[in-house]
Amino acid sequence: MACIEARGLRKAFGATIALDGVDLRVEEGRILGIIGPNGAGKSTALHAILALTPYQGELKVLGCDPWSERDQLMRDVSFIADVAVMPRGMRVSQALDYVDGVHPRFDRTKAEGFLAKTNIKPTSKVRELSKGMVTQLHLALVMAIDAKLLVLDEPTLGLDILYRKQFYDSLLNDYFDRSRTIVVTTHQVDEIQDVLTDVMFINQGRIVMECGMEEFESRYVELMVRPENLAAARAYNPMHERQVFGRSILLFDQPDRDELAAIGDLRTPGIADLFVAVMGNHGADQ
Amino acid sequence: MTTVDSPKAAPQLSSPTRPMYWSIRREIWENRSIYAAPVVTACIMLFGVFISMFTLPHRISAAMGDPGKLHGVVEMPYDMTAGLILVTAFLVGVFYCLDALYGERRDRSILFWKSLPVSDRTTVLAKAAIPLVVLPLFSYVLIQVTQLIIVILYTIALLGNAQALAAFYSNLKFFQLSVALLYAFVAIALWHAPVYCWLLLVSGWAKRATFLWAVMPFLAIGVFVKIAFGSTSFFTFLGNRLVGWFSKAFIAPQKGASHLDPLAAMTPGTLLSTPSLWIGLLFAALCLAAAVRMRRYREPI
Repeated sequence: MACIEARGLRKAFGATIALDGVDLRVEEGRILGIIGPNGAGKSTALHAILALTPYQGELKVLGCDPWSERDQLMRDVSFIADVAVMPRGMRVSQALDYVDGVHPRFDRTKAEGFLAKTNIKPTSKVRELSKGMVTQLHLALVMAIDAKLLVLDEPTLGLDILYRKQFYDSLLNDYFDRSRTIVVTTHQVDEIQDVLTDVMFINQGRIVMECGMEEFESRYVELMVRPENLAAARAYNPMHERQVFGRSILLFDQPDRDELAAIGDLRTPGIADLFVAVMGNHGADQ
Repeated sequence: MTTVDSPKAAPQLSSPTRPMYWSIRREIWENRSIYAAPVVTACIMLFGVFISMFTLPHRISAAMGDPGKLHGVVEMPYDMTAGLILVTAFLVGVFYCLDALYGERRDRSILFWKSLPVSDRTTVLAKAAIPLVVLPLFSYVLIQVTQLIIVILYTIALLGNAQALAAFYSNLKFFQLSVALLYAFVAIALWHAPVYCWLLLVSGWAKRATFLWAVMPFLAIGVFVKIAFGSTSFFTFLGNRLVGWFSKAFIAPQKGASHLDPLAAMTPGTLLSTPSLWIGLLFAALCLAAAVRMRRYREPI
Protein backbone atom coordinates (compact mmCIF):
# COMPACT_ATOMS: atom_id res chain seq x y z
CA MET A 1 0.00 0.00 0.00
CA ALA A 2 0.99 3.62 -0.35
CA CYS A 3 2.89 5.13 2.54
CA ILE A 4 1.88 8.67 1.56
CA GLU A 5 -1.06 9.52 -0.64
CA ALA A 6 -2.12 13.08 -1.39
CA ARG A 7 -4.77 14.43 -3.71
CA GLY A 8 -5.19 18.11 -4.46
CA LEU A 9 -2.99 19.23 -1.58
CA ARG A 10 -3.21 23.01 -1.25
CA LYS A 11 -1.77 25.53 1.14
CA ALA A 12 -1.64 29.29 0.92
CA PHE A 13 0.07 31.81 3.19
CA GLY A 14 -1.99 34.92 2.57
CA ALA A 15 -1.68 35.65 -1.14
CA THR A 16 1.32 33.34 -1.57
CA ILE A 17 0.39 29.89 -2.78
CA ALA A 18 2.87 27.41 -1.33
CA LEU A 19 1.18 24.23 -2.58
CA ASP A 20 -1.00 24.40 -5.65
CA GLY A 21 -2.92 21.15 -5.87
CA VAL A 22 -0.23 18.53 -5.39
CA ASP A 23 -1.03 14.89 -6.17
CA LEU A 24 1.49 12.56 -4.65
CA ARG A 25 1.87 8.84 -4.06
CA VAL A 26 4.85 7.33 -2.29
CA GLU A 27 4.90 3.54 -2.01
CA GLU A 28 6.24 1.77 1.02
CA GLY A 29 9.95 0.96 0.92
CA ARG A 30 10.94 3.84 -1.35
CA ILE A 31 13.52 6.57 -0.81
CA LEU A 32 12.13 9.68 -2.42
CA GLY A 33 14.15 12.83 -2.99
CA ILE A 34 12.18 16.05 -3.38
CA ILE A 35 14.21 18.64 -5.24
CA GLY A 36 13.26 22.24 -5.82
CA PRO A 37 14.48 25.82 -5.57
CA ASN A 38 14.01 27.83 -2.38
CA GLY A 39 10.38 28.67 -1.82
CA ALA A 40 9.19 25.92 -4.16
CA GLY A 41 6.94 24.38 -1.52
CA LYS A 42 9.15 21.44 -0.47
CA SER A 43 9.06 22.20 3.24
CA THR A 44 5.38 23.10 3.14
CA ALA A 45 4.61 19.73 1.55
CA LEU A 46 6.61 17.94 4.23
CA HIS A 47 4.98 20.00 6.97
CA ALA A 48 1.55 19.02 5.67
CA ILE A 49 2.54 15.33 5.63
CA LEU A 50 3.73 15.70 9.24
CA ALA A 51 0.61 17.69 10.23
CA LEU A 52 2.74 20.59 11.37
CA THR A 53 0.60 22.95 9.35
CA PRO A 54 -3.08 22.96 8.39
CA TYR A 55 -3.75 22.20 4.71
CA GLN A 56 -6.55 21.70 2.21
CA GLY A 57 -7.07 18.58 0.15
CA GLU A 58 -6.89 14.88 0.81
CA LEU A 59 -3.91 13.37 2.57
CA LYS A 60 -3.24 9.93 4.01
CA VAL A 61 0.00 8.95 5.70
CA LEU A 62 0.38 5.26 6.64
CA GLY A 63 -3.38 5.01 6.14
CA CYS A 64 -4.14 7.74 8.71
CA ASP A 65 -5.36 11.29 8.36
CA PRO A 66 -2.28 13.06 9.73
CA TRP A 67 -4.17 16.09 11.06
CA SER A 68 -6.79 14.26 13.10
CA GLU A 69 -4.69 11.21 14.05
CA ARG A 70 -1.38 12.95 14.59
CA ASP A 71 -0.59 11.66 18.08
CA GLN A 72 -1.00 8.06 16.95
CA LEU A 73 0.88 8.66 13.71
CA MET A 74 3.96 10.09 15.41
CA ARG A 75 4.74 6.67 16.89
CA ASP A 76 5.44 5.43 13.36
CA VAL A 77 6.83 8.59 11.78
CA SER A 78 10.00 10.37 12.71
CA PHE A 79 11.33 13.50 11.13
CA ILE A 80 13.85 16.29 11.02
CA ALA A 81 11.89 19.33 9.91
CA ASP A 82 14.76 21.78 10.29
CA VAL A 83 18.36 21.54 11.39
CA ALA A 84 19.63 22.78 14.73
CA VAL A 85 16.23 22.90 16.41
CA MET A 86 17.25 20.74 19.33
CA PRO A 87 16.27 22.40 22.63
CA ARG A 88 19.29 24.42 23.64
CA GLY A 89 18.94 24.22 27.40
CA MET A 90 19.17 20.44 27.60
CA ARG A 91 22.18 18.19 28.00
CA VAL A 92 22.87 15.47 25.44
CA SER A 93 22.21 12.75 28.02
CA GLN A 94 18.93 14.45 28.98
CA ALA A 95 17.82 14.50 25.36
CA LEU A 96 18.48 10.74 25.23
CA ASP A 97 16.59 10.22 28.51
CA TYR A 98 13.66 12.23 27.24
CA VAL A 99 13.27 10.51 23.89
CA ASP A 100 13.74 7.15 25.60
CA GLY A 101 11.03 8.11 28.07
CA VAL A 102 8.39 9.20 25.57
CA HIS A 103 9.07 7.10 22.46
CA PRO A 104 8.12 3.41 22.54
CA ARG A 105 10.25 2.66 19.47
CA PHE A 106 13.47 4.38 20.51
CA ASP A 107 16.60 2.25 20.85
CA ARG A 108 18.91 4.08 23.21
CA THR A 109 21.86 1.77 22.66
CA LYS A 110 21.71 2.45 18.94
CA ALA A 111 21.63 6.22 19.47
CA GLU A 112 24.61 6.00 21.84
CA GLY A 113 26.41 3.98 19.18
CA PHE A 114 25.88 6.74 16.61
CA LEU A 115 26.99 9.39 19.09
CA ALA A 116 30.16 7.43 19.93
CA LYS A 117 31.31 8.03 16.35
CA THR A 118 31.13 11.80 16.88
CA ASN A 119 32.91 14.22 19.21
CA ILE A 120 29.74 14.92 21.17
CA LYS A 121 30.05 14.43 24.93
CA PRO A 122 26.95 13.21 26.81
CA THR A 123 27.42 15.91 29.45
CA SER A 124 27.51 18.78 26.96
CA LYS A 125 24.63 21.17 26.74
CA VAL A 126 23.08 21.51 23.31
CA ARG A 127 23.90 25.24 23.26
CA GLU A 128 27.58 24.41 23.71
CA LEU A 129 27.65 22.25 20.58
CA SER A 130 28.54 23.55 17.13
CA LYS A 131 25.75 23.69 14.56
CA GLY A 132 27.09 20.59 12.85
CA MET A 133 27.19 18.70 16.14
CA VAL A 134 23.59 19.62 16.93
CA THR A 135 22.63 18.17 13.57
CA GLN A 136 24.65 15.02 14.32
CA LEU A 137 22.85 14.66 17.64
CA HIS A 138 19.48 15.09 16.00
CA LEU A 139 20.32 12.54 13.31
CA ALA A 140 21.54 10.06 15.94
CA LEU A 141 18.24 10.36 17.82
CA VAL A 142 16.10 10.06 14.71
CA MET A 143 18.00 7.11 13.26
CA ALA A 144 17.56 5.19 16.51
CA ILE A 145 13.78 5.41 16.21
CA ASP A 146 12.24 2.38 14.55
CA ALA A 147 9.84 4.34 12.34
CA LYS A 148 7.90 3.29 9.25
CA LEU A 149 8.33 6.71 7.65
CA LEU A 150 11.32 8.98 8.05
CA VAL A 151 11.09 12.53 6.72
CA LEU A 152 14.27 14.58 6.41
CA ASP A 153 14.17 18.24 5.39
CA GLU A 154 17.71 19.35 4.56
CA PRO A 155 19.18 16.91 7.08
CA THR A 156 22.82 17.55 6.26
CA LEU A 157 22.83 21.35 6.21
CA GLY A 158 25.94 22.58 8.00
CA LEU A 159 27.70 19.20 8.01
CA ASP A 160 31.08 18.71 6.38
CA ILE A 161 31.38 16.43 3.40
CA LEU A 162 32.91 13.53 5.35
CA TYR A 163 30.04 13.40 7.78
CA ARG A 164 27.46 13.85 5.02
CA LYS A 165 28.89 10.83 3.21
CA GLN A 166 28.98 8.86 6.45
CA PHE A 167 25.40 9.82 7.21
CA TYR A 168 23.98 8.68 3.88
CA ASP A 169 25.99 5.42 4.06
CA SER A 170 24.67 4.79 7.51
CA LEU A 171 21.14 5.69 6.42
CA LEU A 172 21.32 3.00 3.74
CA ASN A 173 23.21 0.34 5.68
CA ASP A 174 22.03 0.70 9.27
CA TYR A 175 18.61 2.20 8.83
CA PHE A 176 16.93 1.43 5.55
CA ASP A 177 15.49 -2.08 5.39
CA ARG A 178 13.06 -1.95 2.45
CA SER A 179 9.98 -1.89 4.66
CA ARG A 180 10.71 1.67 5.67
CA THR A 181 10.03 4.72 3.59
CA ILE A 182 12.27 7.77 3.52
CA VAL A 183 11.45 11.19 2.09
CA VAL A 184 14.34 13.61 1.88
CA THR A 185 14.91 17.13 0.56
CA THR A 186 18.34 18.63 0.03
CA HIS A 187 20.24 21.15 -2.04
CA GLN A 188 23.25 18.83 -2.24
CA VAL A 189 21.41 16.88 -4.89
CA ASP A 190 24.23 14.90 -6.45
CA GLU A 191 25.29 13.44 -3.10
CA ILE A 192 22.04 11.55 -2.78
CA GLN A 193 21.69 10.42 -6.38
CA ASP A 194 22.87 6.88 -5.52
CA VAL A 195 20.74 6.76 -2.39
CA LEU A 196 17.36 7.53 -3.95
CA THR A 197 14.88 5.14 -5.53
CA ASP A 198 12.67 7.99 -6.74
CA VAL A 199 13.09 11.65 -7.50
CA MET A 200 10.59 14.47 -7.73
CA PHE A 201 11.06 18.06 -8.89
CA ILE A 202 8.80 20.68 -7.42
CA ASN A 203 8.50 24.34 -8.36
CA GLN A 204 6.03 27.06 -7.41
CA GLY A 205 3.88 24.63 -5.48
CA ARG A 206 3.50 22.11 -8.28
CA ILE A 207 5.19 18.84 -9.13
CA VAL A 208 7.19 19.47 -12.30
CA MET A 209 8.59 16.00 -12.80
CA GLU A 210 8.66 12.68 -11.00
CA CYS A 211 10.23 9.37 -11.86
CA GLY A 212 11.95 6.32 -10.44
CA MET A 213 15.73 6.27 -10.59
CA GLU A 214 15.72 3.25 -12.93
CA GLU A 215 13.52 5.13 -15.34
CA PHE A 216 15.71 8.20 -14.83
CA GLU A 217 18.79 6.29 -15.92
CA SER A 218 17.18 4.67 -18.95
CA ARG A 219 15.42 7.81 -20.08
CA TYR A 220 17.87 10.69 -19.80
CA VAL A 221 21.21 10.85 -21.53
CA GLU A 222 23.93 13.46 -21.63
CA LEU A 223 26.02 13.81 -24.76
CA MET A 224 29.43 15.49 -24.82
CA VAL A 225 30.36 16.76 -28.25
CA ARG A 226 33.19 18.72 -29.84
CA PRO A 227 32.23 22.01 -31.55
CA GLU A 228 32.42 20.43 -35.02
CA ASN A 229 29.63 17.96 -34.14
CA LEU A 230 27.45 20.42 -32.31
CA ALA A 231 25.10 21.18 -35.19
CA ALA A 232 24.54 17.46 -35.77
CA ALA A 233 23.79 16.92 -32.08
CA ARG A 234 21.37 19.83 -31.95
CA ALA A 235 19.34 18.20 -34.70
CA TYR A 236 18.24 15.53 -32.17
CA ASN A 237 16.32 18.18 -30.21
CA PRO A 238 18.10 18.36 -26.83
CA MET A 239 16.27 19.54 -23.67
CA HIS A 240 19.21 21.62 -22.56
CA GLU A 241 22.67 22.63 -23.60
CA ARG A 242 25.71 23.92 -21.69
CA GLN A 243 29.42 24.50 -22.29
CA VAL A 244 32.24 22.92 -20.29
CA PHE A 245 35.92 23.40 -21.26
CA GLY A 246 35.14 24.14 -24.89
CA ARG A 247 32.93 21.10 -25.29
CA SER A 248 29.15 21.19 -25.35
CA ILE A 249 27.04 19.00 -23.12
CA LEU A 250 23.54 18.32 -24.36
CA LEU A 251 20.80 16.63 -22.38
CA PHE A 252 18.28 14.40 -24.15
CA ASP A 253 15.02 12.80 -23.12
CA GLN A 254 14.62 9.29 -24.61
CA PRO A 255 16.95 9.70 -27.58
CA ASP A 256 18.28 7.00 -29.90
CA ARG A 257 21.47 6.14 -28.02
CA ASP A 258 23.21 4.41 -30.92
CA GLU A 259 22.91 7.41 -33.21
CA LEU A 260 24.13 9.79 -30.50
CA ALA A 261 27.07 7.56 -29.62
CA ALA A 262 28.37 8.09 -33.13
CA ILE A 263 28.86 11.84 -32.64
CA GLY A 264 30.09 12.08 -29.03
CA ASP A 265 30.43 10.51 -25.55
CA LEU A 266 27.31 9.40 -23.66
CA ARG A 267 26.77 9.36 -19.92
CA THR A 268 23.97 9.40 -17.34
CA PRO A 269 23.25 12.96 -16.23
CA GLY A 270 23.36 14.08 -12.62
CA ILE A 271 20.05 14.90 -10.98
CA ALA A 272 21.27 18.48 -10.61
CA ASP A 273 21.88 18.79 -14.35
CA LEU A 274 18.45 17.43 -15.19
CA PHE A 275 16.99 19.74 -12.58
CA VAL A 276 18.60 22.76 -14.21
CA ALA A 277 17.33 21.60 -17.61
CA VAL A 278 13.79 20.97 -16.43
CA MET A 279 13.60 24.19 -14.43
CA GLY A 280 15.03 26.18 -17.35
CA ASN A 281 12.36 24.84 -19.69
CA HIS A 282 9.69 25.24 -17.06
CA GLY A 283 10.70 28.84 -16.48
CA ALA A 284 10.67 29.55 -20.25
CA ASP A 285 7.04 28.41 -20.49
CA GLN A 286 5.85 31.14 -18.19
CA MET B 1 -0.56 -1.21 7.50
CA THR B 2 0.51 -4.78 7.05
CA THR B 3 4.25 -4.39 7.35
CA VAL B 4 5.95 -6.52 9.94
CA ASP B 5 8.44 -4.78 12.15
CA SER B 6 11.95 -6.01 11.68
CA PRO B 7 12.87 -8.58 14.34
CA LYS B 8 15.92 -6.68 15.58
CA ALA B 9 13.68 -3.79 16.56
CA ALA B 10 11.12 -5.90 18.37
CA PRO B 11 12.43 -5.93 21.97
CA GLN B 12 12.16 -2.23 22.73
CA LEU B 13 8.68 -1.85 21.29
CA SER B 14 7.03 -2.86 24.53
CA SER B 15 8.89 -0.42 26.76
CA PRO B 16 6.30 1.68 28.59
CA THR B 17 6.37 5.42 28.05
CA ARG B 18 5.39 8.14 30.45
CA PRO B 19 4.95 11.27 28.37
CA MET B 20 3.55 13.45 31.19
CA TYR B 21 6.33 12.58 33.63
CA TRP B 22 9.08 13.20 31.09
CA SER B 23 7.43 16.36 29.78
CA ILE B 24 7.48 17.86 33.26
CA ARG B 25 11.06 16.75 33.83
CA ARG B 26 12.26 18.35 30.62
CA GLU B 27 10.55 21.63 31.57
CA ILE B 28 12.59 21.63 34.77
CA TRP B 29 15.80 20.79 32.86
CA GLU B 30 15.20 23.62 30.46
CA ASN B 31 14.09 26.21 33.02
CA ARG B 32 16.45 26.12 35.92
CA SER B 33 14.93 29.28 37.40
CA ILE B 34 12.04 27.09 38.58
CA TYR B 35 14.20 25.87 41.42
CA ALA B 36 17.19 28.22 41.32
CA ALA B 37 15.30 31.48 41.99
CA PRO B 38 13.47 30.28 45.13
CA VAL B 39 16.70 28.73 46.45
CA VAL B 40 18.62 31.99 45.96
CA THR B 41 15.84 33.88 47.76
CA ALA B 42 15.97 31.42 50.65
CA CYS B 43 19.76 31.76 50.92
CA ILE B 44 19.54 35.56 51.09
CA MET B 45 16.90 35.30 53.80
CA LEU B 46 19.04 32.85 55.75
CA PHE B 47 21.99 35.23 55.56
CA GLY B 48 19.80 37.95 57.06
CA VAL B 49 18.71 35.58 59.80
CA PHE B 50 22.33 34.71 60.46
CA ILE B 51 23.18 38.38 61.03
CA SER B 52 20.12 38.86 63.25
CA MET B 53 21.30 35.96 65.49
CA PHE B 54 23.70 38.32 67.25
CA THR B 55 20.99 40.72 68.39
CA LEU B 56 18.29 38.12 69.01
CA PRO B 57 18.90 37.48 72.77
CA HIS B 58 18.85 41.22 73.37
CA ARG B 59 15.63 41.75 71.36
CA ILE B 60 13.84 38.87 73.07
CA SER B 61 14.83 40.18 76.52
CA ALA B 62 13.59 43.65 75.58
CA ALA B 63 10.23 42.29 74.43
CA MET B 64 9.68 39.98 77.39
CA GLY B 65 6.98 42.10 78.98
CA ASP B 66 4.86 42.53 75.85
CA PRO B 67 3.41 39.25 74.42
CA GLY B 68 2.45 40.93 71.13
CA LYS B 69 5.89 42.34 70.55
CA LEU B 70 7.55 39.09 71.62
CA HIS B 71 5.42 37.16 69.16
CA GLY B 72 6.47 39.59 66.44
CA VAL B 73 10.16 39.18 67.19
CA VAL B 74 9.91 35.37 67.09
CA GLU B 75 7.62 34.90 64.12
CA MET B 76 8.69 37.74 61.83
CA PRO B 77 11.57 35.89 60.08
CA TYR B 78 9.29 32.90 59.37
CA ASP B 79 6.54 34.96 57.84
CA MET B 80 8.98 37.06 55.85
CA THR B 81 10.80 34.02 54.49
CA ALA B 82 7.57 32.32 53.52
CA GLY B 83 6.21 35.54 52.00
CA LEU B 84 9.26 36.32 49.92
CA ILE B 85 9.61 32.76 48.60
CA LEU B 86 5.90 32.88 47.69
CA VAL B 87 6.41 36.10 45.76
CA THR B 88 9.50 34.65 44.05
CA ALA B 89 7.57 31.54 43.02
CA PHE B 90 4.77 33.73 41.64
CA LEU B 91 7.16 35.83 39.55
CA VAL B 92 9.02 32.75 38.30
CA GLY B 93 5.66 31.21 37.38
CA VAL B 94 4.55 34.33 35.50
CA PHE B 95 7.72 34.60 33.42
CA TYR B 96 7.86 30.85 32.89
CA CYS B 97 4.30 30.85 31.50
CA LEU B 98 4.94 33.83 29.22
CA ASP B 99 7.83 31.97 27.60
CA ALA B 100 6.54 28.39 27.79
CA LEU B 101 4.76 28.20 24.43
CA TYR B 102 6.42 31.27 22.88
CA GLY B 103 10.08 30.30 23.33
CA GLU B 104 9.72 26.92 21.64
CA ARG B 105 8.23 28.61 18.58
CA ARG B 106 10.86 31.34 18.55
CA ASP B 107 13.85 28.97 18.71
CA ARG B 108 11.98 26.46 16.51
CA SER B 109 12.57 23.63 18.99
CA ILE B 110 8.82 23.01 18.70
CA LEU B 111 9.73 21.14 15.49
CA PHE B 112 11.75 18.72 17.60
CA TRP B 113 9.11 18.35 20.32
CA LYS B 114 6.42 17.75 17.72
CA SER B 115 8.43 14.96 16.10
CA LEU B 116 7.84 12.81 19.17
CA PRO B 117 4.64 11.00 20.13
CA VAL B 118 3.64 13.50 22.83
CA SER B 119 0.28 15.15 22.25
CA ASP B 120 -0.30 18.90 22.37
CA ARG B 121 -2.61 18.33 25.33
CA THR B 122 0.06 16.50 27.33
CA THR B 123 2.59 19.21 26.53
CA VAL B 124 0.32 22.10 27.52
CA LEU B 125 -0.84 20.35 30.70
CA ALA B 126 2.78 19.60 31.64
CA LYS B 127 3.59 23.27 31.19
CA ALA B 128 0.57 24.31 33.27
CA ALA B 129 1.65 21.87 35.98
CA ILE B 130 4.88 23.82 36.51
CA PRO B 131 3.28 26.93 38.12
CA LEU B 132 0.26 25.06 39.52
CA VAL B 133 1.91 21.97 41.04
CA VAL B 134 5.71 21.86 40.75
CA LEU B 135 6.53 25.40 41.89
CA PRO B 136 4.10 25.34 44.87
CA LEU B 137 5.32 21.93 46.05
CA PHE B 138 8.96 22.88 45.68
CA SER B 139 8.45 26.25 47.38
CA TYR B 140 6.57 24.59 50.22
CA VAL B 141 9.37 22.12 50.91
CA LEU B 142 11.94 24.91 50.55
CA ILE B 143 10.12 27.12 53.06
CA GLN B 144 9.91 24.24 55.51
CA VAL B 145 13.63 23.55 55.22
CA THR B 146 14.50 27.24 55.51
CA GLN B 147 12.32 27.67 58.57
CA LEU B 148 13.86 24.62 60.17
CA ILE B 149 17.31 26.12 59.65
CA ILE B 150 16.08 29.39 61.20
CA VAL B 151 14.86 27.47 64.27
CA ILE B 152 18.23 25.77 64.60
CA LEU B 153 20.14 29.05 64.19
CA TYR B 154 17.97 30.85 66.74
CA THR B 155 18.19 27.96 69.17
CA ILE B 156 21.98 28.20 68.96
CA ALA B 157 21.80 31.96 69.46
CA LEU B 158 19.66 31.57 72.57
CA LEU B 159 21.65 28.73 74.18
CA GLY B 160 22.58 29.69 77.72
CA ASN B 161 19.60 31.97 78.04
CA ALA B 162 16.91 29.58 79.31
CA GLN B 163 14.24 32.22 79.74
CA ALA B 164 14.58 33.59 76.22
CA LEU B 165 14.70 30.07 74.79
CA ALA B 166 11.49 29.16 76.58
CA ALA B 167 9.84 32.35 75.32
CA PHE B 168 11.04 31.56 71.82
CA TYR B 169 9.61 28.04 71.74
CA SER B 170 6.34 28.98 73.41
CA ASN B 171 5.70 31.56 70.68
CA LEU B 172 6.63 29.27 67.83
CA LYS B 173 3.88 27.07 66.41
CA PHE B 174 5.95 25.18 63.90
CA PHE B 175 3.50 22.37 63.14
CA GLN B 176 0.44 24.62 62.92
CA LEU B 177 2.32 27.03 60.68
CA SER B 178 3.35 24.30 58.26
CA VAL B 179 -0.20 22.98 57.94
CA ALA B 180 -1.55 26.50 57.39
CA LEU B 181 1.19 27.09 54.82
CA LEU B 182 0.31 23.97 52.87
CA TYR B 183 -3.32 25.07 52.85
CA ALA B 184 -2.26 28.54 51.71
CA PHE B 185 -0.32 27.03 48.82
CA VAL B 186 -3.38 25.09 47.66
CA ALA B 187 -5.54 28.22 47.94
CA ILE B 188 -3.02 30.31 46.01
CA ALA B 189 -2.64 27.73 43.24
CA LEU B 190 -6.41 27.58 42.76
CA TRP B 191 -6.77 31.35 42.97
CA HIS B 192 -3.94 32.12 40.54
CA ALA B 193 -4.74 29.30 38.08
CA PRO B 194 -6.61 31.66 35.69
CA VAL B 195 -3.65 34.07 35.73
CA TYR B 196 -1.13 31.38 34.76
CA CYS B 197 -3.42 29.77 32.20
CA TRP B 198 -4.13 33.14 30.58
CA LEU B 199 -0.39 33.75 30.32
CA LEU B 200 0.08 30.31 28.74
CA LEU B 201 -2.60 31.10 26.18
CA VAL B 202 -0.98 34.43 25.27
CA SER B 203 2.38 32.68 25.10
CA GLY B 204 0.96 30.17 22.62
CA TRP B 205 -0.74 32.83 20.54
CA ALA B 206 1.43 35.97 20.37
CA LYS B 207 4.10 36.35 17.72
CA ARG B 208 6.05 38.87 19.80
CA ALA B 209 5.85 40.96 22.98
CA THR B 210 4.04 38.35 25.06
CA PHE B 211 4.17 40.48 28.21
CA LEU B 212 2.45 43.41 26.49
CA TRP B 213 -0.28 41.19 25.03
CA ALA B 214 -0.83 39.57 28.40
CA VAL B 215 -1.07 42.75 30.46
CA MET B 216 -2.18 45.61 28.21
CA PRO B 217 -5.75 44.43 27.52
CA PHE B 218 -6.51 44.43 31.24
CA LEU B 219 -4.91 47.80 31.88
CA ALA B 220 -6.77 49.23 28.88
CA ILE B 221 -10.12 47.89 30.10
CA GLY B 222 -9.43 49.23 33.59
CA VAL B 223 -8.58 52.71 32.34
CA PHE B 224 -11.54 52.65 29.93
CA VAL B 225 -13.96 51.78 32.76
CA LYS B 226 -12.45 54.51 34.91
CA ILE B 227 -12.77 57.17 32.19
CA ALA B 228 -16.15 56.11 30.84
CA PHE B 229 -17.92 55.33 34.08
CA GLY B 230 -15.67 56.89 36.71
CA SER B 231 -15.42 53.53 38.40
CA THR B 232 -12.33 51.71 39.63
CA SER B 233 -14.23 48.43 39.85
CA PHE B 234 -12.13 46.72 37.18
CA PHE B 235 -8.90 47.55 38.98
CA THR B 236 -10.48 46.23 42.18
CA PHE B 237 -11.30 43.05 40.30
CA LEU B 238 -7.69 42.71 39.08
CA GLY B 239 -6.27 43.33 42.54
CA ASN B 240 -8.65 40.78 43.98
CA ARG B 241 -7.43 38.21 41.45
CA LEU B 242 -3.87 38.67 42.66
CA VAL B 243 -4.21 38.97 46.45
CA GLY B 244 -7.88 38.24 47.14
CA TRP B 245 -7.17 34.63 48.08
CA PHE B 246 -5.98 35.63 51.54
CA SER B 247 -9.21 37.20 52.75
CA LYS B 248 -11.18 34.19 51.51
CA ALA B 249 -8.86 31.46 52.75
CA PHE B 250 -8.02 32.95 56.15
CA ILE B 251 -9.55 35.17 58.82
CA ALA B 252 -7.57 38.37 58.50
CA PRO B 253 -5.67 39.24 61.71
CA GLN B 254 -7.44 42.01 63.61
CA LYS B 255 -5.46 44.98 64.80
CA GLY B 256 -4.83 44.75 68.53
CA ALA B 257 -6.56 41.39 68.86
CA SER B 258 -4.60 38.52 70.37
CA HIS B 259 -2.88 36.23 67.90
CA LEU B 260 -4.99 33.51 66.50
CA ASP B 261 -3.84 29.94 66.19
CA PRO B 262 -2.89 29.51 62.49
CA LEU B 263 -5.15 26.47 62.18
CA ALA B 264 -8.15 28.33 63.61
CA ALA B 265 -7.63 31.13 61.07
CA MET B 266 -8.18 28.80 58.11
CA THR B 267 -11.56 29.15 56.40
CA PRO B 268 -11.69 26.60 53.58
CA GLY B 269 -15.49 26.73 53.58
CA THR B 270 -15.47 30.42 52.72
CA LEU B 271 -12.82 29.86 50.09
CA LEU B 272 -14.67 27.04 48.35
CA SER B 273 -18.00 28.86 48.41
CA THR B 274 -16.56 31.94 46.72
CA PRO B 275 -18.06 32.15 43.21
CA SER B 276 -15.07 34.01 41.78
CA LEU B 277 -12.84 31.01 42.64
CA TRP B 278 -14.95 28.74 40.46
CA ILE B 279 -15.42 31.28 37.71
CA GLY B 280 -11.64 31.70 37.68
CA LEU B 281 -11.09 27.95 37.41
CA LEU B 282 -13.56 27.75 34.54
CA PHE B 283 -11.70 30.57 32.79
CA ALA B 284 -8.42 28.71 33.42
CA ALA B 285 -9.81 25.53 31.84
CA LEU B 286 -10.99 27.47 28.78
CA CYS B 287 -7.59 29.12 28.42
CA LEU B 288 -5.84 25.75 28.56
CA ALA B 289 -8.17 24.26 25.96
CA ALA B 290 -7.47 27.24 23.69
CA ALA B 291 -3.73 26.95 24.34
CA VAL B 292 -3.80 23.28 23.25
CA ARG B 293 -5.50 24.34 20.03
CA MET B 294 -3.01 27.17 19.53
CA ARG B 295 -0.09 24.77 19.82
CA ARG B 296 -1.74 22.67 17.15
CA TYR B 297 -2.16 25.50 14.65
CA ARG B 298 0.63 27.95 15.36
CA GLU B 299 3.84 27.58 13.43
CA PRO B 300 7.40 28.52 14.34
CA ILE B 301 7.94 32.27 14.26
